[in-house]
Amino acid sequence: MDFLTLIQILDSTVRLATPLLLACLAGLFSERAGVFDIGLEAKMLAAAFFSAAVAAITGDVWLGLLAGIVSSLIFALIHGIASITFRGDQLISGVALNFLASGMTVLIARDWFNEGGRTPALDGAARFQNITLPFADSVAGVPVLGPIYSELISGHTILVYVALLMVPLTWYILYRTRFGLRLRAVGENPGAVDTAGISVVRLRYAAVLIAGVLCGLAGAYLATGLAAGFTQNMTAGRGYIALAALIFAKWRPWYALGATMLFGLLDAIGNRYQSLELLGVPIPTQFMQALPYILTVVILAGFVGKAVPPRAGGEAYVKER
Amino acid sequence: MNLPKWADVVLIPLINLLLALFVSGLVVLLIGEDPVNAMKIMVNGAVGSTYGWGYTLFYATNFIFTGLAVAVAFHARLFNIGGEGQAQLGSLGVALVCLALPWPHWTLALPAAMVGGALFGAAWAAIPAYLQARRGSHIVITTIMFNFIASALLVYLLVGALKAPGMAPESARFPEGTFLPNARDVFAMVGIPFARSPLNISFLVGLIGCFLVWLLLWRSRLGYEIRAYGHSEPAAKYAGIAPFRIIMITMLISGGLSGLMAINAVMGEQQRLLQDNVLGAGFVGIAVALMGRSHPVGVLLAAILFGALYQGGAELEFETSVPREMVLVIQALVILFTGALDNMVRGPVTTAFLRYGRRRPRAEPAE
Repeated sequence: MDFLTLIQILDSTVRLATPLLLACLAGLFSERAGVFDIGLEAKMLAAAFFSAAVAAITGDVWLGLLAGIVSSLIFALIHGIASITFRGDQLISGVALNFLASGMTVLIARDWFNEGGRTPALDGAARFQNITLPFADSVAGVPVLGPIYSELISGHTILVYVALLMVPLTWYILYRTRFGLRLRAVGENPGAVDTAGISVVRLRYAAVLIAGVLCGLAGAYLATGLAAGFTQNMTAGRGYIALAALIFAKWRPWYALGATMLFGLLDAIGNRYQSLELLGVPIPTQFMQALPYILTVVILAGFVGKAVPPRAGGEAYVKER
Repeated sequence: MNLPKWADVVLIPLINLLLALFVSGLVVLLIGEDPVNAMKIMVNGAVGSTYGWGYTLFYATNFIFTGLAVAVAFHARLFNIGGEGQAQLGSLGVALVCLALPWPHWTLALPAAMVGGALFGAAWAAIPAYLQARRGSHIVITTIMFNFIASALLVYLLVGALKAPGMAPESARFPEGTFLPNARDVFAMVGIPFARSPLNISFLVGLIGCFLVWLLLWRSRLGYEIRAYGHSEPAAKYAGIAPFRIIMITMLISGGLSGLMAINAVMGEQQRLLQDNVLGAGFVGIAVALMGRSHPVGVLLAAILFGALYQGGAELEFETSVPREMVLVIQALVILFTGALDNMVRGPVTTAFLRYGRRRPRAEPAE
């Protein structure tokens, strides 16, 4: 494998990892506050559709992004109402929302566009364009560092950079602000937070809604950045991979970056090489596709570094017994 | 206060279902169709002819198996969300059995295929069960992961070892001796005309399955232990029930039931192994178990309801501009209202009962 191929694979890794990263951070906020979220997929899918649909109708990708975030927030709100206000099962609510999104998006897509469950192809201002960073073209000739800067670092859409910036921001919010401290506490011991006179319900809603915004970005990136339009079920299990990455990352922001980049890399390699050989043994592409899930099970099994979820995760908080 | 049993078992699920249907009606209205007309088409399509009944009960058979699978696990407070993967592995088991021998007659092939499907399904549930019981890995996450691993495994086998000659990634056709008796042939023997449909003898197996699960849960020692463990782990431990054993056995039964779905879908209809033969039935099982309150009778009724929904949805797409995905939306709303938003209905209903109860003259003990 020559240097340029490596750069290209890494470049596509960054692209493919971006939606995973955003969704993973979304899950991080929600689960750190004690609300399990297997509906990441639903929020991404809804955002992907509404961002692409509104971008197609108005021709403005920013309006599309807004629509994507709003739709994702609505799903987040339903999850909040079901699992925080009515103390329903968080997992069941997530399952329901996943179905709702996969049905609803196609239903509305057929009604609005009549193109068999997809939106029209987006181009021009209806899509996020790649940004060329300053001096990218002029340094492209410099050996090694030139291609790294001009190919790998430069030339992504704005949402890629936003996603990467979200990592330190998430870390800062969680570990360096009062809000973050309370958020983490509410996922470990909501009773203690309540005793301190802080509303558990309000904190959990905040976490769930932040997750909604981040999933909105992830979905919008999928439909208007990575692809040019919405296609049926286009998230294709990315919400679950993000969930896997979250466990892989042990619910920590910087680890989340590492985990999603790793899963992105697996995806990029799988896309590029139809047949792979490792030490003379052929590796089927299906194995590459299943690898993120297998790795997550291994991590969950605790054989390689145990992943301990937030202690109060999955339980509704009952104020008084 | 506790609600009367009939309110808990009948009234609340009914209100939940009506709410789900009401919101679905709004969705139909939003996309410019008449909800009442849509409902008529769906009901008529599902149960208005022997053709409709055939398909309704065929789908219901799938959902009976996956619904029972989720229900059994629920009793031990385990959320087996991996019915999809377990059913896929079950289909592999059934296919391997059917392709292994030139079966002379279905009466021999069916029991063998059932063993194959149940074993493979149970094996796929065994790993997450072990990880939950021994390592404390959350079973919901591991079973989700195993769904994806199962589908990758099946694709791998169908483009490789099991692939039949030709373009499509599917296995060879099963030998004729494995074909299950169809409802049409069975009814024809007693002189009743019944339209062509994939409804087959597996439906009866499903009914027997419901009875056996009831027997297991409420008339056997193991069932008692499973329910005791589900109610309270510390209490069960104190009573000498080993959590490891209960988790393993419950998940093996659950996985086996999911795996059995393949005798209906794969052996009864497709008669070959296809890439995606479960088509979401594993997830429908969750809705069915929730709706049926994890009781075999409830599961049976809910499975038939969802079977009708699937068949009615297909007719709806055929006759109007409402696409098939409407079924997914209804299904999602049913899960949402019966599963996650249950307390939204339960609260007001309980208050209503409290008020009603107070007005009733009660025989007070003399002071």
